Amino acid sequence: MAASDNAGAPEGAPAHPSPTTHSSPAPRRPSRSPLPGGRFAREGSRVGQVVKIGLLGLFTALGVWAVLPLYIGENWLGIGLVVAVVGLVYYVYLSKRSVPAKYLVPGVLFLMVFQIFPVLYTMSTSVTNMSDGHRGSKEQAVSAVESLSVTRTADSPEYVLTVATVGDPETGELVFLLTDAEGDARVGDADGLSDLGGATVEDSGKVTDAFGYTILTPAEVNERSGELEEFAVPTGSGAGIRSSGLSTAYEGRALRVYDESCDCVTDAETGDVYTADDERGAFYNDEGQRLPQGWQVNVGADNFARFLFDPSFASSFFSILLWNIVFAVAVTGLVFVVGLAVALTLHVPKMRGKVFYRVLVVLPYAMSSLAMYLLWRDMFNTDFGVINQVLGLRIDWFGSVWGARVAVVLANVWLGYPYMFLVATGALQAIPRELGQAAQIDGANPWQAFRHVTLPLLMVAMTPILVATFAFNFNNFNAVWLLTRGGPLFSDNSTAGATDLLITYTYRLAFNEATAQYGYAAALSVMIFLIVSVISVTSLWRSKALKEVG
Amino acid sequence: MRLRSAPAITGIAAIALMATACTGGGDSDSEGGSAEGGLTIWTDAERADAVEAAADEFAEANGIDVSVDTVAFEDMQGDVLNAHQAGNAPDVFIGAHDWTGNLVRNGAVQPIELPQDRAALLDETSLQAMSFDGQLFGVPYSQENLFLMRNAELAPDAPETFEELVETGTELKDGGDVEEVLSMAVTQEGDPYRMNLLFTSGGGYLFGQDDTGTWDPADLGVGTDESVEAMERIAEYGEEGEGVLRRSIGLENDAALFYDGDTAFFVAGPWNLADAQEAGIDYEISPFPGFEDGDPASPYIGYQSFFVTEGSANSALAEEFVTNYVTDTDFILSLYEIDPRTPVQTEALESVSAENPDIAAIAEAGADGIPMPSIPEMGETWQPLGVAQADIIGGADPREAMEAAAATISEQIGE
Repeated sequence: MAASDNAGAPEGAPAHPSPTTHSSPAPRRPSRSPLPGGRFAREGSRVGQVVKIGLLGLFTALGVWAVLPLYIGENWLGIGLVVAVVGLVYYVYLSKRSVPAKYLVPGVLFLMVFQIFPVLYTMSTSVTNMSDGHRGSKEQAVSAVESLSVTRTADSPEYVLTVATVGDPETGELVFLLTDAEGDARVGDADGLSDLGGATVEDSGKVTDAFGYTILTPAEVNERSGELEEFAVPTGSGAGIRSSGLSTAYEGRALRVYDESCDCVTDAETGDVYTADDERGAFYNDEGQRLPQGWQVNVGADNFARFLFDPSFASSFFSILLWNIVFAVAVTGLVFVVGLAVALTLHVPKMRGKVFYRVLVVLPYAMSSLAMYLLWRDMFNTDFGVINQVLGLRIDWFGSVWGARVAVVLANVWLGYPYMFLVATGALQAIPRELGQAAQIDGANPWQAFRHVTLPLLMVAMTPILVATFAFNFNNFNAVWLLTRGGPLFSDNSTAGATDLLITYTYRLAFNEATAQYGYAAALSVMIFLIVSVISVTSLWRSKALKEVG
Repeated sequence: MRLRSAPAITGIAAIALMATACTGGGDSDSEGGSAEGGLTIWTDAERADAVEAAADEFAEANGIDVSVDTVAFEDMQGDVLNAHQAGNAPDVFIGAHDWTGNLVRNGAVQPIELPQDRAALLDETSLQAMSFDGQLFGVPYSQENLFLMRNAELAPDAPETFEELVETGTELKDGGDVEEVLSMAVTQEGDPYRMNLLFTSGGGYLFGQDDTGTWDPADLGVGTDESVEAMERIAEYGEEGEGVLRRSIGLENDAALFYDGDTAFFVAGPWNLADAQEAGIDYEISPFPGFEDGDPASPYIGYQSFFVTEGSANSALAEEFVTNYVTDTDFILSLYEIDPRTPVQTEALESVSAENPDIAAIAEAGADGIPMPSIPEMGETWQPLGVAQADIIGGADPREAMEAAAATISEQIGE
């Protein structure tokens, strides 16, 4: 193979010195009929084959790795999907016909996994009430309600526990060897308590030997944890002796029991009956009190209706949306103007020390923006911040609505303009200077030359960047969260702050309080997604029109 | 012929390669979650070494495997909940006691039946704090609370009342020795955790509590006259008043003010000790003083605890670990050696206090403390209450602000 010949070294011979080696087929190879891939296909065929085997093997392994948990969870649809995708990949890369697909498949797969699936998943979450207390299925909620209600009977005795079996440690019937405070050992099985004779009891109360029973080691007991959870030695009236760890047992009972016939939970202590409400996903009693453990249900468009139509949420939502747009427009616009102005200044041909200035300008971009935000936050501090101290001001930057808004925009312009400067410098250098000179010869003044010649050409390169900057700033979580945390907040509406973007508002609602409201946050995310998509698509479409004009 | 069968050969080779790869790494896929036959414990990085050492001992005594994984403490609750939903949660994890309500309502932790002789070893309040609906849900092992740290060179005597503190601080400020009377983080959005000291001293309360220490979410104290009066009293020291409490002092600069000698008094927590020692400040620890003729200033007590995950495949071992090891004096002392936090276990606390005066002083400062409420409703109060308190410090009307906060909180609890 040419590839390995070029490497040369394995045989100990020096690599072919000929400068043409890697662009022409090795002379020893008999030439085959030319393929569409030309010489590259032939040259790489054996190395390529090995790489192909490796990658396909890796992909298959990934598939198998994905199938195993699906198989355990009996998710046949998922398994079918994985098999189909793996099959498709094999077909595409082993068949000779599907050349275009060979290039498209990886991109499409990544697009599905990293873009389309998360969007679909967010959308499907947005129509549920998924939140703390409503995470799992109804079965999980019922089992949690029952098992969390096991309570120790008041004043009941405690026992030292030795877990044993009748016969084989792994399969034999479980029994509890129980020693009470007086040191008397008894045996408890599924039928109840009975006397235990001929057992050796340690001072600690542990039984070390009992005739007819196999004492289990800690590891053996642990193996049967699942059964132990369920196992109780009945003592009458629904109570039973249960294990706690390896060496203690207590008498307790489940206070809350689920009854399938009425779809309700009865509390034995208070007598309350909690009925399942499948619309709200929780058990409620007559007084409207609920059990803490609920389950996930479909709530349709409720989450969307809540912030679009509920008056208090709607006013927060729309005022935040308005500020969000103002913020993104202001930052994008200012960053563009400042970045371009600096780029133009440093584009003057005769200027000295250009490199030095450029490095200076790019510095803020080179530093970690996270640290910069925190630094800016400290600089805006009313009493201790550099800005008020140097300027001799007493502005309550983060405590007043417009102070905070100005501060957020200022800090972001400072952080954002070097990027715009870099792009503008690159674009300016691609525009021949002769065009500007020609315009001046035609009698245009410098402003006219810039406005009608340079700028339109510049915009061709800059528009997509501006759209991207806008979309980025629209969702610029750090920009606000690290500076003001969305504040200032006021006590009459403590959920929506003056500098909140939709994304920080979503975050505060969803995660900053004890109750994580995934469903509601997903609905807000879907809204943000739609807004940003619409704005980006329209601007890009308009920029195409702009390009034709240019 | 050779050429035509090449794709098939490639395919077979790929599958063969995959098969070899799988057999090679097939038995090491139990990372993170609970696996049969061995106990998995999640802890934060600071305590990982201590827990690991203790876990090894437990593993040896019981002839089993224990693996200890590190998760950042602030991510712990979320990660455990997500892992529990996905079925790969750990068997045991370390958490804060005020997560209990939320963990229980998500069905992620199981009740623990602590034998009486073991329960007797622990501080009673800590067990109340770990309980929800009358059931114990975790075994507490360490506690933390706020205290007053003062610069002993500038202020040799511990102030008995808040008025005295302000007086001493103002004298020092007027004399040019310091720039601030007191460094207490208020922040722009409020810090109810710290403000609770003055809030309780002024007579305010958040939720009612019955005799057994169970919180009553129906009895919301935020908008009551007592709480409004407390905030009125605090407002006298706010920005429109004496200027002792200000929103410009936040968590990013409160400690630096004290370490740099710009203030003599600092509302600090155990997490500030190491830095204070490093800063070379001659500090003393005392309880935070309440208002003259007011109630005692109660710091919130936070307990760190070991929880057992509901549905753990190793519940027998997990229960054994938390009931018999976490309550054991030697175990607590070995944890303390590597990560010094005030122990909850009475015997361990005594032995630690004897050798470390700071620990003893912090425990004393927490004597009037109340456990942070662990009911899920508490989560809904932080933000509105904090915003209202910061507003009041900034000059807003205490009654209006507190009543607005109360309205927001009851609306959110009602949902």
